Amino acid sequence: MNFNIPFMSYRRFATIGSLVLLIMSIGSLSFKGLNLGLDFSGGTLIEVSYSEVADLDEIRDLMTANGFDDFQVVNFGSNTDVLIKVADKDGSSQLGDTIFAFLVASDSEIELQRIEFVGPQIGSELRDQGGLGMLVALGMILLYVAFRFQYKFALGAVAALAHDVVIILGLFSLLAWDFDLTVLAALLAVIGYSLNDTIVVSDRIRENFRGERGFEPEEIVNRSINQTLSRTLITSFTTLLVLFALFIFGGEMIRGFSQALIIGVLVGTYSSIYVVANILLVLSITQDDLAIPEPEGLEFDDMP
Amino acid sequence: MPNLYPAKPAIQIAYTDSGQSADQGLLNEVTEILSAKSIESESIGLKDNNIVAKFSSFDDQLAAKSALQRILLDRAIIALNLEPSTPQWLRDIGGGPLKLGLDLSGGVHFLLEVDIESALDNRLDSLLNQYRKKFRDDRINVESSQKKDKELSFSFASDEDYNKALKVFGDDNITAVGTALYDIQTNTIRNNVDISYSQSAIKEIRDYAVGQNLMTLRNRVNELGVSEPIVQRQGSSRIVVELPGVQDTTAAKKIIGKTANLEFRLEAAPTTSRLRKEEFTYQDERMGSAYLEKNIIVAGERVTNASSGFDESGFAQVNISLDMQGGRAMQKATSGNIGRRLGVLFVERKNKSTLTIDENGEEVIEQSSYIEKNIISLATVQAVLGTGFRITGVGSPQEASELALLLRAGALAAPMKFVEERTVGPSLGKENIELGIRSIIIGLLSVVLFMVFYYRWFGLAANIALFANVVLITGFMSLLGATLTLPGIAGIVLTIGMAVDANVLIFSRIREELAEGRDPQIAIQEGFSRAFVTIFDANVTTLIASIVLYAIGTGPIKGFAITLSIGIITSMFTAILGTRAIINLMYGNKNIKELRV
Repeated sequence: MNFNIPFMSYRRFATIGSLVLLIMSIGSLSFKGLNLGLDFSGGTLIEVSYSEVADLDEIRDLMTANGFDDFQVVNFGSNTDVLIKVADKDGSSQLGDTIFAFLVASDSEIELQRIEFVGPQIGSELRDQGGLGMLVALGMILLYVAFRFQYKFALGAVAALAHDVVIILGLFSLLAWDFDLTVLAALLAVIGYSLNDTIVVSDRIRENFRGERGFEPEEIVNRSINQTLSRTLITSFTTLLVLFALFIFGGEMIRGFSQALIIGVLVGTYSSIYVVANILLVLSITQDDLAIPEPEGLEFDDMP
Repeated sequence: MPNLYPAKPAIQIAYTDSGQSADQGLLNEVTEILSAKSIESESIGLKDNNIVAKFSSFDDQLAAKSALQRILLDRAIIALNLEPSTPQWLRDIGGGPLKLGLDLSGGVHFLLEVDIESALDNRLDSLLNQYRKKFRDDRINVESSQKKDKELSFSFASDEDYNKALKVFGDDNITAVGTALYDIQTNTIRNNVDISYSQSAIKEIRDYAVGQNLMTLRNRVNELGVSEPIVQRQGSSRIVVELPGVQDTTAAKKIIGKTANLEFRLEAAPTTSRLRKEEFTYQDERMGSAYLEKNIIVAGERVTNASSGFDESGFAQVNISLDMQGGRAMQKATSGNIGRRLGVLFVERKNKSTLTIDENGEEVIEQSSYIEKNIISLATVQAVLGTGFRITGVGSPQEASELALLLRAGALAAPMKFVEERTVGPSLGKENIELGIRSIIIGLLSVVLFMVFYYRWFGLAANIALFANVVLITGFMSLLGATLTLPGIAGIVLTIGMAVDANVLIFSRIREELAEGRDPQIAIQEGFSRAFVTIFDANVTTLIASIVLYAIGTGPIKGFAITLSIGIITSMFTAILGTRAIINLMYGNKNIKELRV
């Protein structure tokens, strides 16, 4: 497949599109916030499976009758599986056992699938750690790319990553999907994935800038994107194939994870085409930026 | 490769008394019981103080368990288990099967936090008492002494008292390793001394409390008869307890969370009424039994420390420290009772199995738990006791240290609370494995089909590399002893999708080279070498993200980070070197006229 799409002539539209998405995401994040999962909010969660279709209202009544007021009862995966979430502020670990005990008393056929209890301080610790981890990852990548390429590329790469992460977070906030540890893991995997794409494109931009003189930067960037496009699409496609396999067949427990990654791969593919290139052009990259012959490549060229 | 040998259902048999290790006698007995019931075991033998018997089916395993339980009853703990069937030679080179995380095997994960603040508080209380007594004995006049916040504040009546007291504090202010025990602040004008524990002392107290609780928890977990439990320190003041396969979490929590299992009681006088005394046997059965009062002076949670040592004449003794409240109770109880004997009871929760016949006329085993109390020491009270006292005449130094161990084992050095709990039922664990494996297979197949469809022969080479990659990932995880979790499986699936990226890059490069009219052999050569730098940079950055993930993640997330990191490294290896080798095999040394990529 050979492409010759004038990506860069559409870059104004892309910029506007990205900005709109970003503003929507930030808006939703700041007004609506994230629907934090148990890992971050703290509380108790219990999952039970019934032998036949579970009557959620009956379970709700049972919960109320036992003195609970702040809780959620939902189906999980199938209509025989029920998930009960209780936000217990005092953080007692006995709650799950208590709830299961009265559920069993009302229907002895049920089976306990899992109980999770996360104390409030653990929740806030995981929140802090997660946020910090994200920043550390971005910072280290910035350094690595600046070291291997050039600071303009590094800025472009990190901007692309931040763009992806914010949009995924925004979508999770907008659709009120549960944001838990597995989704955080998916976000970091997206960072890895999107970067992969970005680097492949950047690498080609660098190579073309060095190789051919006398072209406009915009033209070179455009050509680089087209050259790497078939690879970008194929890799995204195979990754999406396995992610959909995971989404459809992997079960309820990693659904949030596969959702986040699917969105991440889509947004990441887009951002590696537009965001990086856009920022490079905005920072007016020139051939001089890349003229210094780095020792790069020398030690690897003969290897494989 | 080790994962080709599936784990076999097995049972593990150990004596209930943790001090006794399984021997040939028990082994013979077990073999006889099994052959009497004609249950075939694949292998049976002694393994680290336990007897391990492997079976070919889960039915046999359960049948064997109930048969054994009927006869051995309470003498032995029988735990269901999965034993690797990996051949010895493979295990010798470090290849065991993959360890499954709790989300796949089912079980309980607890995170407990040791309350260091209250451990410190207790220490300060007993320290205050200790100094009050010392100053009284040394005739140093203390005007006031009190505990405020995290320090003790003393003020003295005169300069002379003040200076004497400073010397006392100064003498105490050196630990065995030579660091300062206290931070001392003095006020010469008001003859005031404030002492608080130094940073290093606090660290030591914390380490002691956590270490002590860790040991106590291990003892308790052993009571549960779980195979391969994990009891581990996490961070500065947390303890992780993982019990794979445990289903009754309430019981598990009760046993882990219990505190009082030591009781101090006075020996009953011969005249004490029957209603107010109880008879207990000694832990050491040869010593018979004794009557103790029903009234409990102090229970185990008040014991802050116990250690063995020697008295002035060189005989072994056990030093016991109680917290403030315990000390006060002890003082009250002993002040009128010098010359009587003080008994220490060791309280254990045990499980009893009894054979009963139910209404259908079938034999069933009923498990019930009961509490057993035994006397571990009965010694004459020589003086009024307080927060610190000692038991002398305890026999040999070894017996003294055993007694100290028992005293400590009964107590937690600091209270603990559950801060995280994750319980996964066994059926959910099984379902997770099935779903995980299904998504790996479907993901792998769809990628494989696409690659063959799109790249033909080159795709085939990439696919062989992809299979090699999956085998390598699981192999490396076995070698590293890493645990496979559900997110870990997700990591493998994701790696499958991303691993072909390197090949896609290389193949695209070869296509470009061909398009520029280069000779096929040179195009292959160039494609591989030019794509390498890109692949390397792209993978290193992904590796950075997954290492960060490993650092911040807990349990299952760590599992994801591990499979992802291993996957990145192995995929670089297989995608570049592996594919290269295969393509060389297919096209090497041939004069290719036309190459389709």
